[in-house]
Amino acid sequence: MFDNLSTKLDRAIKTLKGQGSISEINVAATIKEIRRALVDADVNYKVAKDVTDKIKEAAMGRDVLTAVSPGQLMVKIVYDELTALMGGEKQDITIKGDPAVILLSGLQGSGKTTFAGKLASFVKKQNRTVLLVACDVYRPAAIDQLKVLGEQIGVEVYSEVENKNPVEISRNAIEYAKKNNKKVVIIDTAGRLAVDEQMMREIEDVKAAINPSETLFVVDSMTGQDAVNTAKTFNDRLNFDGVVLTKLDGDSRGGAALSIRAVVEKPIKFISTGEKMDALDLFYPDRMAQRILGMGDVISLVERA
Amino acid sequence: EKTKTNFFEQLSKAVVGKNTVDEAVLDDLETLLVHADVGIDTTVKVIDRIEARVARDKYVNTSELDRILREEIVALLEDNKSGSTAVLDRAGSTGQPYVIMVVGVNGVGKTTTIGKLAHRFHSAGKTVVLGAADTFRAAAVDQLIIWGQRVGVPVVSHGMNTDPASVAYDAVQKGVEMGADVVIIDTAGRLHNKVNLMNELSKIKRVMQKVIPDAPHEVLLVLDGSTGQNAFLQAKEFTKATEVTALAITKLDGTARGGVVIGISDQFNIPVRYIGVGEKMTDLQLFDRHTFVNSLFKK
Ligand SMILES: Nc1nc2c(ncn2[C@@H]2O[C@H](COP(=O)(O)OP(=O)(O)OP(=O)(O)O)[C@@H](O)[C@H]2O)c(=O)[nH]1
Ligand SMILES: Nc1nc2c(ncn2[C@@H]2O[C@H](COP(=O)(O)OP(=O)(O)OP(=O)(O)O)[C@@H](O)[C@H]2O)c(=O)[nH]1
Ligand SMILES: [Mg+2]
Ligand SMILES: [Mg+2]
Repeated sequence: MFDNLSTKLDRAIKTLKGQGSISEINVAATIKEIRRALVDADVNYKVAKDVTDKIKEAAMGRDVLTAVSPGQLMVKIVYDELTALMGGEKQDITIKGDPAVILLSGLQGSGKTTFAGKLASFVKKQNRTVLLVACDVYRPAAIDQLKVLGEQIGVEVYSEVENKNPVEISRNAIEYAKKNNKKVVIIDTAGRLAVDEQMMREIEDVKAAINPSETLFVVDSMTGQDAVNTAKTFNDRLNFDGVVLTKLDGDSRGGAALSIRAVVEKPIKFISTGEKMDALDLFYPDRMAQRILGMGDVISLVERA
Repeated sequence: EKTKTNFFEQLSKAVVGKNTVDEAVLDDLETLLVHADVGIDTTVKVIDRIEARVARDKYVNTSELDRILREEIVALLEDNKSGSTAVLDRAGSTGQPYVIMVVGVNGVGKTTTIGKLAHRFHSAGKTVVLGAADTFRAAAVDQLIIWGQRVGVPVVSHGMNTDPASVAYDAVQKGVEMGADVVIIDTAGRLHNKVNLMNELSKIKRVMQKVIPDAPHEVLLVLDGSTGQNAFLQAKEFTKATEVTALAITKLDGTARGGVVIGISDQFNIPVRYIGVGEKMTDLQLFDRHTFVNSLFKK
């Protein structure tokens, strides 16, 4: 889509050439171009404005190297800023307590149930005993879905077919885990909209009842401008500890990731990259920055120069 | 957030009685549209059109401006000529089942939309058959079977991990045998950049044509209303693989505006047929261009 960004940037700061450094006047058009490129990668509009202000500040007065074009230099500056904004370093989840409880939340279809299976498999590989809990009492066949995944990875699934109360189910599941020596409990919940007051209260109640050591917000990487509103509301209600970004095996730029990070200031902890149970990765800010920008070649070029 | 009135007041102050639109206001318009996921390219197109009209018509007043803006956006949306009521009428009228194949990326709401559509047709007195051709995602078949039971329509299935094309074939076959009016085929969610999975869709489509040569009569691409600019690529690749004939946009009961379909409709000439506004079987509405555009400017 915007693979010609560096060409555009070159054109936008044409006047810069021969001047030797970046200044207020020659950078204005470039900044607008960058803002548009970010928005096209689904970075929230307001976040894109803030980011480009920072970029402008960082670029001001920088000397233009002869080995690279001004546009390429700008791309590198943008990349560095994006990486910094996404938190710099990777962060792990907290697995604490007896049992340790992990609560999943998010919009409909974001990939919670699939991620629940992946995380269970990930934890199991660390030689911990795991229990998956089916607290989605609404979606047709939600329990079956989790059970199929549990079977695939060899992890037990706790469910109560007749019980429609997620607070009770999750409480009972923890009792069950204690009795059956399960050290980690992962709770799958129904998808819900941030504007659905009743459903948001439900998950608040679940959280209050079980006191998880880690609450995660699972979000589809293809999400557009709305990602920010949603993440903000979920964070206000749940004060979650981290974000899981799903469906990154697609070709979305994933600008929502940057926006969420910028708005709720919570780290992205995992990325989900497929439908199979092993398609789970830790999150690396630099790789994500590169993806949002879509210009890996230019960045390494400038790094070498 | 600016209110609608504020926005139009500002916009009009800058244009009314002038023959050019001032920069700051166009920036505001850009913000508004981009916030609704309309995307930069389409936004620039709308702005260019408004500038051209303001330059041509010379004098523009407030209410005219409001109207012009809406008109320009509505014009980008493909007219839903055949309409869904027409689909309802057509279903069964040819003596053969009207076959709808539902496609889209993972988790957008395909299966749920099928449940809602089945309810819609069933309530209108049509006989409906569903085909469970998502044989891949955990419990996908069970999910569709539950929807079939809710609505009261039969579901053809071969269980999990079977050949989806042969499920689709049998579902269409069953539709013909039963003299059904509508057959709706569910397919597994797939990301459009996965070539093998996209080829599989083309195959499912071809196999159904062995039973009814012009099937599927509708290829419905389901887009999640909260999706950003990636929806463009989805529309492009699914169209390449299956010649998409209509769109459904889901989850518009949330805060997302689904503005990305404006550009998609404009560029690919595919009408939006339905919108999903909830998880119940009655939460499906016919798409209306004017209502949709008005909702872009709400709040
Ligand atoms: N390609 C791809 N598909 C994914 C990924 N994660 C989940 N999916 C698919 O996305 C769809 C939705 O995933 P679910 O795990 O059911 O999502 P959910 O959030 O539990 O959905 P609800 O419970 O309905 O809210 C399924 O088709 C999954 O197979 C991913 O990382 N990549
Ligand atoms: N709020 C809301 N939720 C919806 C709507 N349509 C579907 N959903 C929910 O979105 C989630 C995914 O829906 P599905 O119908 O399973 O999606 P799908 O495209 O079939 O998913 P895969 O088969 O896994 O690719 C479920 O939790 C649905 O209840 C809608 O219009 N509004
Ligand atoms: Mg789920
Ligand atoms: Mg489905």
